Amino acid sequence: MQNSLRRCLQAAALAVAVLLLMGAGDDSARFKDLGHRMMCTCGCGQVLLECNHVGCRSSDKMRNELQAALDRGDNDDLILQGFVQEYGPTVIAAPTATGFNRVAWIMPFLALALGIAFVVYVVRVWKNRPEPALADGITIPPSSELDEFRQKARKETDL
Amino acid sequence: MSQIGSFALLLALGLSAYSFLAGFLALFGKDAASARLGETARRAGIATFAAVLLAGIVLVLAAFHDDFSIAYIFHHSNRDLPAAYKFAVLWSGQEGSLLFWSLLLAGYGFVLRLRYKTDQRLFAYASVIIASVQVFFLLILNFAAHPFAIMQGSLPADGTGLNPLLQYPEMVIHPPMLYLGYVGFTVPFAFALGALIMKYPGEKWIQITRRWTMVTWCFLTIGVFLGAHWAYAVLGWGGYWGWDPVENASLMPWLTGTAFLHSVMMQEKRGMLKVWNMSLIFATFLLSMLGTFLTRSGVISSVHAFAQSSIGTWFLVFIVLTLAVCSFFLVANRSHLKSEHKLESLVSRESSFLFNNLLLLVVCFTILWGTFFPIISEFVQGHKVTVGPPFFNRVAVPVALLLLLLTAVGPLLAWRKTSVESLKRNFLFPAIGSLAIGGMMILFGVRPWEDPSYFYATMAAVLSALVIFTVISEFLRGGRVIAGKTHQNLVSAMIQLCHRSTRRYGGYIVHFGVALVVIGILGTPFNKEVEKEMAFGDKINIGPYTLVCQSYTQDDNPNYANEWAIINVFRGGKQITTMYPERRFYKASGQPQTIPRIYPSFREDLFLVTDVYLVYEGKNDTTGRPIIKAHLNPLVPWIWIGLIIMVFGTIVALVPNAAAVQVAATVPARTPAHAGAGD
Repeated sequence: MQNSLRRCLQAAALAVAVLLLMGAGDDSARFKDLGHRMMCTCGCGQVLLECNHVGCRSSDKMRNELQAALDRGDNDDLILQGFVQEYGPTVIAAPTATGFNRVAWIMPFLALALGIAFVVYVVRVWKNRPEPALADGITIPPSSELDEFRQKARKETDL
Repeated sequence: MSQIGSFALLLALGLSAYSFLAGFLALFGKDAASARLGETARRAGIATFAAVLLAGIVLVLAAFHDDFSIAYIFHHSNRDLPAAYKFAVLWSGQEGSLLFWSLLLAGYGFVLRLRYKTDQRLFAYASVIIASVQVFFLLILNFAAHPFAIMQGSLPADGTGLNPLLQYPEMVIHPPMLYLGYVGFTVPFAFALGALIMKYPGEKWIQITRRWTMVTWCFLTIGVFLGAHWAYAVLGWGGYWGWDPVENASLMPWLTGTAFLHSVMMQEKRGMLKVWNMSLIFATFLLSMLGTFLTRSGVISSVHAFAQSSIGTWFLVFIVLTLAVCSFFLVANRSHLKSEHKLESLVSRESSFLFNNLLLLVVCFTILWGTFFPIISEFVQGHKVTVGPPFFNRVAVPVALLLLLLTAVGPLLAWRKTSVESLKRNFLFPAIGSLAIGGMMILFGVRPWEDPSYFYATMAAVLSALVIFTVISEFLRGGRVIAGKTHQNLVSAMIQLCHRSTRRYGGYIVHFGVALVVIGILGTPFNKEVEKEMAFGDKINIGPYTLVCQSYTQDDNPNYANEWAIINVFRGGKQITTMYPERRFYKASGQPQTIPRIYPSFREDLFLVTDVYLVYEGKNDTTGRPIIKAHLNPLVPWIWIGLIIMVFGTIVALVPNAAAVQVAATVPARTPAHAGAGD
């Protein structure tokens, strides 16, 4: 009886420890994630967790504030808002997906989509272009008739 | 000394102005007088090089003689600066770097003007255009950023020294390589604009321009990668690319220059993409100027930037004028740029070049957009925002992966049309091999579905493997054919294959190098780091390594005082090396600087090499113990190996082709036909 009680208590203690450690692991990952979403304000131009400024006081202070916010249980958005209020919008390492800042994210993909559309259009125009006329009005025979000869030439000359 | 330098710069300005004006006038005439005028312009251009070189030599000598009466030398040098860095003073500040730019431009112009007999008319146009750019830089040097300005007040005893970040061996070579690249793009730009203005008949100008562009591109590649290596080896954050505006400024002309080097092949082979190629080389030159504008104007803050000054306005005006001139001639002479052939198939080399160009330009646009968005945001919203690594990584990486796919697929597509049979023949085994690599990564514990960074790493590995396997298969296939015909061994046959078509196979080698660079980068999500205060005998466990602090100590020399730790590195219970991460305090400038130490584990891990990277972060003021930050950066050495392969491939591509091999073949004798037979 005493043995089984001891075992139950051990199992309970283990379960509590696992739950606590799971939370700690999450916080460590969140610290790393949030630390890479903010800039150090010392002027080094690096993300917070990569500040290479020797003896930087800004990054130490900001890291401590970040850890304190995580320990308080604040969620990511609240933490980031807090830093913006204290250090200004430039503390966030990338434009947010709100308001005009959305344009920052949209433009590259819009450029890609427009570029693909343009290339497809150009390819179609070029494909439909008439063959350039040769001297004496001779024109090149249609492509399909030449395919057989192309395959033969490719086979005979292929490296 | 400053008077000699000032005179040299003024003389250079006069000579380059004459070279421009006389050369310009000579282009309009066709008589002997115009030819003589053109010849004087050419010689004035050559003499410009001598004058600018004199100014450069004077500035370097002033640094070596500690002539602190010259303000530039006072602000960038000091008595105890080592000799190599005194030489580098030439390019370490605003005025000196502009002089260095001017010197390199004059040097390129000097070579071009000596080789004018290649095509006298085209070279005359290019020489005038180069002279106009030279006039611009010399105007700035003489009136806005004078390197020989005199110190006001009493003569200082010593200078303030070179920025500690710049006191590293690569400082001696990184800026010259970068500038050789930036400045070098002026030459293909001059040829292209000259060919457009004179409506150059045929495509010979492309062949002349292409070799210049390859050399320039190679220098810029080396410069960009040396900058990345410098950041990695000096800055101490364990990374090599921070998407800093000045880093971006060096990447943008590299991207458009790469696009040009590819699409120009279409113009050579098929007479297509003429307007596009002109636009690309113009954009490359303008982006080089834009990069210089970004570094010097102060519009965008950067750790690389020179001090804010008024010369930004000069550059802006120059860029706008150049854009106007290029646009004018593109529109006015567009009839000269009509394509000669039509496209036959979407699955063809031509289409792959179009998509290759598209993706390169989208990446370039993304970088340009992200770099300038803080200014746009301030204009629209009234406040700046930061556009840092999270933005660029999220947007550029997917597009870069598509580009890697094209790098594998594109070279193996045929001109005009590729058959399904050919696709299967070329890609089946490389595709199987690369998918196997992806499978192995998952087997070894990589979970691409868990995190976008793991997904991108897996895709990058698969696509890099595809590039490598397709390149190897091309060499093997061609080598086997030649070995069979000439009875050589396979290696000799592959070398001969390469020599028969150096541009093609040199290009394959460059692609191979690019794949290695990508492999080096894809290890980033698997980086580890640990930071700890270390007493004697304290340990850090990181990955398979145990780092033991043997000792820590201090030293002093006239240039700097330093503290360093002695860290023994163990793996599997055996000591493999000792590392000495260090922190310096430079006396002249009063600035601290960390010196990371790096150990690449080639012996232990072979192809899965990892950098053990130690940084002396600081010291606990109470205990006096060092705080050491240890990083494990998998695969990073492949980035630098990839660069070496890329440079080698470019050199191969520049070698002229060997003559075709002649193979003796027996032909059966024929009996002559009898006259009238079968009639």
